[in-house]
Amino acid sequence: MKVFEGLKFKRVSSPIHRLDPRTKFIVSCVIFAQAFLFTEFLYLIILFVAQIPLVLLARVHKQWTRSLRGSLILTLLIFFTNLIVGVVSNDFQLTSDALTYSTSMSLRFVVLMTSFSIFFLTTSPDDLGLALEQSHVPYEFCFAFTTAVRFVPVLAREAQTIMDAQKSRGLELEKGGFMKRIRNYVPILIPLIVSSIRRSLELAEAMETRAFGAKKRRTSLYALKITREDILTLILCLVLLITTVYVRLYIPIPEVTIPIPRL
Amino acid sequence: MPIIEVKDLFYTYPNFTEPFLKGVNLTIDKGDLVLLTGPSGCGKTTLCRCLVGLIPHFYGGEVSGEVVVSSLPVKEHAISELAQHVGFVFQNPENQLFALSVEKDVAFGLENLGMPRDEMRKNVDWAMDLMGIGNLRESAPFELSGGQQQRVAIASVLAMKPEVMILDEPTSFLDPVTARKLFEIVRSLNRALDLTVVLVEHRLSLLSSYVSRIVVMDEGRVKMDGAPIDVLTSKETRSLGIGVPKIMQLYQTLVENDIQLEKPVISIDDFVEGIRSLLKND
Amino acid sequence: MIEVENVSFTYPSGVEALREISITIGDGEFVAIMGENGAGKTTLIKQLNGILKPEKGNVYIDGVNTKEASVAELSRNVGLVFQNPDHQLFSETVEEEIAFGLRNFGFPEEEISKQVDWALNLLDIARYKKTSPFLLSGGERKRVALATVLAWNPKIIVIDEPTIGQDYTQKEKLRRFFNELNTQGRTVIIVTHDVEFVADCSPRVVLMYQGQIISEGRAKTILTSQEVASKASILLPQISELFHQLGDLGLPRDVIDVSEAKELIEDLVKRSKHHESL
Repeated sequence: MKVFEGLKFKRVSSPIHRLDPRTKFIVSCVIFAQAFLFTEFLYLIILFVAQIPLVLLARVHKQWTRSLRGSLILTLLIFFTNLIVGVVSNDFQLTSDALTYSTSMSLRFVVLMTSFSIFFLTTSPDDLGLALEQSHVPYEFCFAFTTAVRFVPVLAREAQTIMDAQKSRGLELEKGGFMKRIRNYVPILIPLIVSSIRRSLELAEAMETRAFGAKKRRTSLYALKITREDILTLILCLVLLITTVYVRLYIPIPEVTIPIPRL
Repeated sequence: MPIIEVKDLFYTYPNFTEPFLKGVNLTIDKGDLVLLTGPSGCGKTTLCRCLVGLIPHFYGGEVSGEVVVSSLPVKEHAISELAQHVGFVFQNPENQLFALSVEKDVAFGLENLGMPRDEMRKNVDWAMDLMGIGNLRESAPFELSGGQQQRVAIASVLAMKPEVMILDEPTSFLDPVTARKLFEIVRSLNRALDLTVVLVEHRLSLLSSYVSRIVVMDEGRVKMDGAPIDVLTSKETRSLGIGVPKIMQLYQTLVENDIQLEKPVISIDDFVEGIRSLLKND
Repeated sequence: MIEVENVSFTYPSGVEALREISITIGDGEFVAIMGENGAGKTTLIKQLNGILKPEKGNVYIDGVNTKEASVAELSRNVGLVFQNPDHQLFSETVEEEIAFGLRNFGFPEEEISKQVDWALNLLDIARYKKTSPFLLSGGERKRVALATVLAWNPKIIVIDEPTIGQDYTQKEKLRRFFNELNTQGRTVIIVTHDVEFVADCSPRVVLMYQGQIISEGRAKTILTSQEVASKASILLPQISELFHQLGDLGLPRDVIDVSEAKELIEDLVKRSKHHESL
């Protein structure tokens, strides 16, 4: 669950928070793409470290590090899998190359994962919904998205209440073999589903009485504006992208290898 | 001047054979504050749905008779059009708030109507001021208490500036102190804006002094319709299983024992006054 | 017997719901836990069957510390009926719904069908035995929820907000039902903010405010104290409010019952007429 901490919006004031979500989305995509362009250890570590000032600037370092810790298991899995393959294919000898490569792959995974972390940590679901709207995604989808996000905590609370109610009738969720445990969740799921269906009907009624669908062209109370900071960030991003593509194609990256630790 | 006219309304829900509403007749004038009550299943919620167009447009079923609200025959106008004249506040505060901030929720109806941003901003601020929720502007609905959520719901209805507002058991999930505050707000809206209000409620003891008229329904029909004092002291009301407020019960038993207070009583203050003047005059 | 000793509890969100609460509820008592929304009433009752365990302090049910027993073990004796019946209904028939709890507690099959019939009759829903609970009205579903918990005959029954959304007739039936349960020897605890309902039931009242018990005693005493009411942010019953405002006429202030009120006022009027004629 700690992994998901990197995806939950944190309401804080920072220059990164103030950027338009579309800008941040593009930046995240660029970082994501960069991680795929390179396998060289030097570049990946630069890419990883480059995110740290952004995280600090956005004041979301606690959440970010928590999500890193959460993904530790997967990262280690990737590291050791690559290491084992490297060792086995080299007559069971640990080489510096294998070590470096495994580290690079783990780093790549971490960068890929965290590239969108900053985006989600600094963008409120509200703004996300607005960004979708202003990107000409049909309103029905934007509405479905923001309404779903709005009800996530409500559903979570309801699920807890249902669990409490059924536990109070003697339901023991922890007991029993695998099949029994799955069946134990039926008394939790059914009320949850029924309640969600009822809720959707009530919501639909309420929407109707607030004139939903009255006009084909909806207006919006807020509007996202692209500011100077956004343009600057996007230009920076573009420059970075072009530079790295150039480097990838024409300039060799110095080989940095990790020496094998003397045991 | 009637703003709501219901004539011989019969309604059968889809897949049912017997009508749920069996010939309802009701006229409500502009500026009235009407309490609609009755035992569970009497048809009060169904009637409210007929007033905003949810019946027949959302629920389907068979309707006969006439329902005219703000001079618009409900059968012939879409809910989205009626919504600009009749607002509806539902029982469950949680399931009528959609957005992630209070402001966006209050603006929801206006956004649907395609109102230009400047006008929208004015309406939203006005509605939020009226309901005293300006300080909750950026809060998410999940963070609010039930009472606050209902205020947001009312604000989002007010923002569309309807002539009529219908509230269906809006205080079911609220405690009595919060409920009373909400009723006071509704009454002040009725007076300040000349807003016609139809309020469906069971909690008569909190309300009888606020409303000018009580309509009691039972089994799909209107059984009583009149001033609170008449309705709440009639034998028929008691037989229908309505929760007559205790002071009304007390007033009634005193009358039956030949102790007549000077003026009819519908509130505690009336009662106090009545007793005091009775003792003075003796 | 329920013993709550100095219990404090804070939710993970940081809300301090209970602050050093202590209370003892004996067998066969009829108790109403009252207070505004957020006072901690629901948090307190969840401590009684172990859904929540105290952070500080202890809760003992018949001598068993709730920290050392599972929810299932405690629920066998403390039946908790939640506010919204839709949070527990999931079976195809009312019969199966009621049997669910009985099966969980390991009742043998023959006893299960006996108990199911008993519960159905107790709540007057026998005609819905083979009906799907989802097809019933709101009030009927509430009765099914009550039946499912009463079916395994717990000694102590706790009901959270039984009167919400109920009309007058339904509330009257509930009131008589709770009295009956209590007369049959069960401990009945209701959580409610409905002062008029409590005035009619006349139980022992425990008044909570911001996580603490600020007062407790007989309904007549608690619900007629203006001081207590304003502290706890509850409304006084109408009759009580009336008699407070007439306090200067020499009338007692602890009146909540209509017939008692009528007698007192009649008396007062007769006495003043008598004075006049002197």
